[in-house]
Amino acid sequence: MATTADTLPLKSHEAHDAHHDADHKPAFFTRWFMSTNHKDIGTLYLIFAIVAGIIGGGISGIMRAELMHPGIQILNQAWPLGAGTANFDEWTHHWNVLITAHGLIMVFFMVMPAMIGGFGNWFVPLMIGAPDMAFPRMNNISFWLLIPAFLLLLGSTFVSGGTGLGAGTGWTVYAPLSTSGSAGPAVDMAIFSLHLAGASSILGAINFITTIFNMRAPGMTLHKMPLFVWSILVTVFLLLLALPVLAGAITMLLTDRNFGTSFFDASGGGNPVLYQHLFWFFGHPEVYIMILPGFGMISQVVATFSRKPVFGYLGMAYAMVAIGVVGFVVWAHHMFTVGLTMEVKMYFTAATMIIAVPTGVKIFSWIATMWGGSISFETPMLWAIGFIFLFTVGGVTGVVLANGGVDNYMHDTYYVVAHFHYVLSLGAVFAIFAGFYYWFPKMSGRMYNELLGKLHFFIMFIGVNMVFFPQHFLGLDGMPRRIPDYTPAFEKWNEVSTYGYMVTIAGMAIFFVNLVYSLLAGPKAPDNPWGEGATTLEWTLSSPPPFHQFSTLPTIK
Amino acid sequence: MKLIAWAIALAAAGLTPAAAAQTPQAAQPIKEVTGPAAATAPAERAQGQSLEAANAPAPSTAPANPTATKPTATNFAYSLPAKNIGVPIRGGTGIQEQVTEVGRTAASFHNNWLLILCFVISAFVLALLGYTMVRFRRGANPTPSRTSHNTALEVVWTLLPVLILVAIAVPSFRLLRTQYTPPPADLTVKVTGNQWFWVYSYPDNGGFEVVSNLLKEQKDVKPGDRFRTDADGPPMLAVDERMVIPAGKVVKFLVTSNDVIHAFWVPAFYSKIDANPGSVNEIWAKVDRPGVYFGQCTELCGARHGYMPIAVEVVPPEKFAEWIASKGGTMPGQKPAATPAAAPAGATPAPTPAVAQPATNQAATAQN
Repeated sequence: MATTADTLPLKSHEAHDAHHDADHKPAFFTRWFMSTNHKDIGTLYLIFAIVAGIIGGGISGIMRAELMHPGIQILNQAWPLGAGTANFDEWTHHWNVLITAHGLIMVFFMVMPAMIGGFGNWFVPLMIGAPDMAFPRMNNISFWLLIPAFLLLLGSTFVSGGTGLGAGTGWTVYAPLSTSGSAGPAVDMAIFSLHLAGASSILGAINFITTIFNMRAPGMTLHKMPLFVWSILVTVFLLLLALPVLAGAITMLLTDRNFGTSFFDASGGGNPVLYQHLFWFFGHPEVYIMILPGFGMISQVVATFSRKPVFGYLGMAYAMVAIGVVGFVVWAHHMFTVGLTMEVKMYFTAATMIIAVPTGVKIFSWIATMWGGSISFETPMLWAIGFIFLFTVGGVTGVVLANGGVDNYMHDTYYVVAHFHYVLSLGAVFAIFAGFYYWFPKMSGRMYNELLGKLHFFIMFIGVNMVFFPQHFLGLDGMPRRIPDYTPAFEKWNEVSTYGYMVTIAGMAIFFVNLVYSLLAGPKAPDNPWGEGATTLEWTLSSPPPFHQFSTLPTIK
Repeated sequence: MKLIAWAIALAAAGLTPAAAAQTPQAAQPIKEVTGPAAATAPAERAQGQSLEAANAPAPSTAPANPTATKPTATNFAYSLPAKNIGVPIRGGTGIQEQVTEVGRTAASFHNNWLLILCFVISAFVLALLGYTMVRFRRGANPTPSRTSHNTALEVVWTLLPVLILVAIAVPSFRLLRTQYTPPPADLTVKVTGNQWFWVYSYPDNGGFEVVSNLLKEQKDVKPGDRFRTDADGPPMLAVDERMVIPAGKVVKFLVTSNDVIHAFWVPAFYSKIDANPGSVNEIWAKVDRPGVYFGQCTELCGARHGYMPIAVEVVPPEKFAEWIASKGGTMPGQKPAATPAAAPAGATPAPTPAVAQPATNQAATAQN
């Protein structure tokens, strides 16, 4: 097609002024809806992730409000999902819809688009000295597949899911609750949503792999790539290998639901536990998919603000590879109570604990990077330091849960909820904020407000710890996950947790104020606002970078 | 708004028997409104109701006890739940007090080893971070070093965690081995999860069934219906019919489900196990002191997942025989309606060898 010309970077007509900001930008609709520009698509991904994050975070608010006190206070109110129904089962079904939507939105439509689609798209080509992604049009469809996926998921809450409106299966969509247990089209819509989101991610993964393997600037060997690029490379391999398994599993759900197969139906010769094996064979790599790009961003941020190269670069890169590889053989630690044999539990206990080793290498290497450095504490660095500590806390409870014999108690309690929010909500999300503040000047061309940024960090640090630390106590005291009401003994820590949510929201409000203020009135950002510590290629470009960069490829010495 | 809600509820109750059939369970924790699913539901499966409730449960699968539905149960004196054992503790921060040997082993492994490691490692990382932040802040250290690797250090921080993990894995494997080597069972109880109640059947004792439902609060039941009192247990945990098992005896739970996946968990016994439809999972407990122990379903199982609690009353063996008799069941090796004299006297839960149990248990397993 003739129009592919705009994706070929070395056309002579743009080589002469490739660093001019205003060059050759298409008109609005073409630019944002038919984009082939990795930076624009990255921006779209980030906007999408923010919107999804607001919805997913709002759902958390409804859930925390409901859980603040015993009894049903919120689910019985007139509100979009229930419209004031008097049916108790519908109230509690709507609870399950909320937890399902919160999980799916945060995983597939907030963390992944922000980290891989947003920061990955923006900075992988910049960091390896490439003019764009390898397949710019495929990049565009990766993004636009997410929109119908998200609409399907949101739309599923307006159609019947059996007991009430929406899919109330949990984000894990376990059979047979998701098959014979959920009549109506809501679960089908949620499954299609996952199919589309999965296809989007697989296309994106192919694009990143091709880009990173083929489009590095001269001299940018694999062992010279910035760690963020390494992290994306490992992540997209996990995506490529794990997502087809999910696609297969949920397709089998679909045929079980609609076409009379019985893959997961014991009465037809199937096995419900098989679904869990398939889901978690995807699901465990998925949790590393959500955290590995964060590892990469934290490495960039820590090195930049310590003004030191990353300590143990090769160890850091191959620790991520090791985490990715071992991440594929530990899935059944999510299933310690399904009735596994002792030998299987021993294997998965041991394999799971092994992951703590490369993770420990990363934690210690970050601290060693800071050690001897000349550390300044701009907002991104605060988020990074917060990440290192909180991820450690989430990591050690992970080692507790890795023990098959111990996990019999914690499994499916709030202890697990606390654990995975420490590594995701306080890990992945802190990494996203670190990356966002770090690259905001580069992406927008404007500086954020440092005071508001720091305020955002400190308030949110207090808030999320208030939300999630007491949940360890709730789990140990015996509170199961995914329940809308509880015995009064659990009230105290639930109340603290909900107050923590309010603090968190206050922090997020500051973030949005800062975002709007900085975009409209922030001071102009220099090419490199972070000084000598920022050594990667994106800081050699203007802020924001030219519409097409590296028309003449940079050479890495 | 209220009126409209009432109208909808009434319409639903009057017009949709199908809806009622979906939720035929009587003991619903419905607030304000009696759900359309209330007592008139045609029970397709054996349904959970308190024995005092008006509707007779549908015939159970156990033919041996046609009389079990009549109020013989009231003859048995159930125990009062304790304040701090077997229930969550208000503002509690740790694992519930364990009443099995294996549970104590697991809890002490967590409390005295894993938890301490968690604190030590987190504090170590925090201290390192804190020291680094102060010592190497730009003001104190304007010129950064260029050190980018130190092989010896990297080897140490790879191998040291390995050693720590080995020190975790050894007791962890020992714990698993203990959990997976049950002594010969003295009693088998079949636990069946249903949306949303539990059914406990006693294949060793004539195969009678106990259907266990959440007890609603007084404000949520019709006048005259049974509601929860403090003698039953805490709100959201108390049930109309408890599972009863003897203290000091090895009880094998065969756990399965009639519909979706549930999970059977009594925190004071430590372990939980999923109730999968179409297969039977096994778990065991030897509870060493009488009491009432509460738990909940711990696998998302639909709308009322949060409303299917578990209550297990552990009684001295002779009282257990009394309870079995009150349910119309039989103790192994006895004729029906015999007095429970065969049980050893003395309330102490001394481990007593069971009589002719293995054969019974095998038969029970085969039945399932």
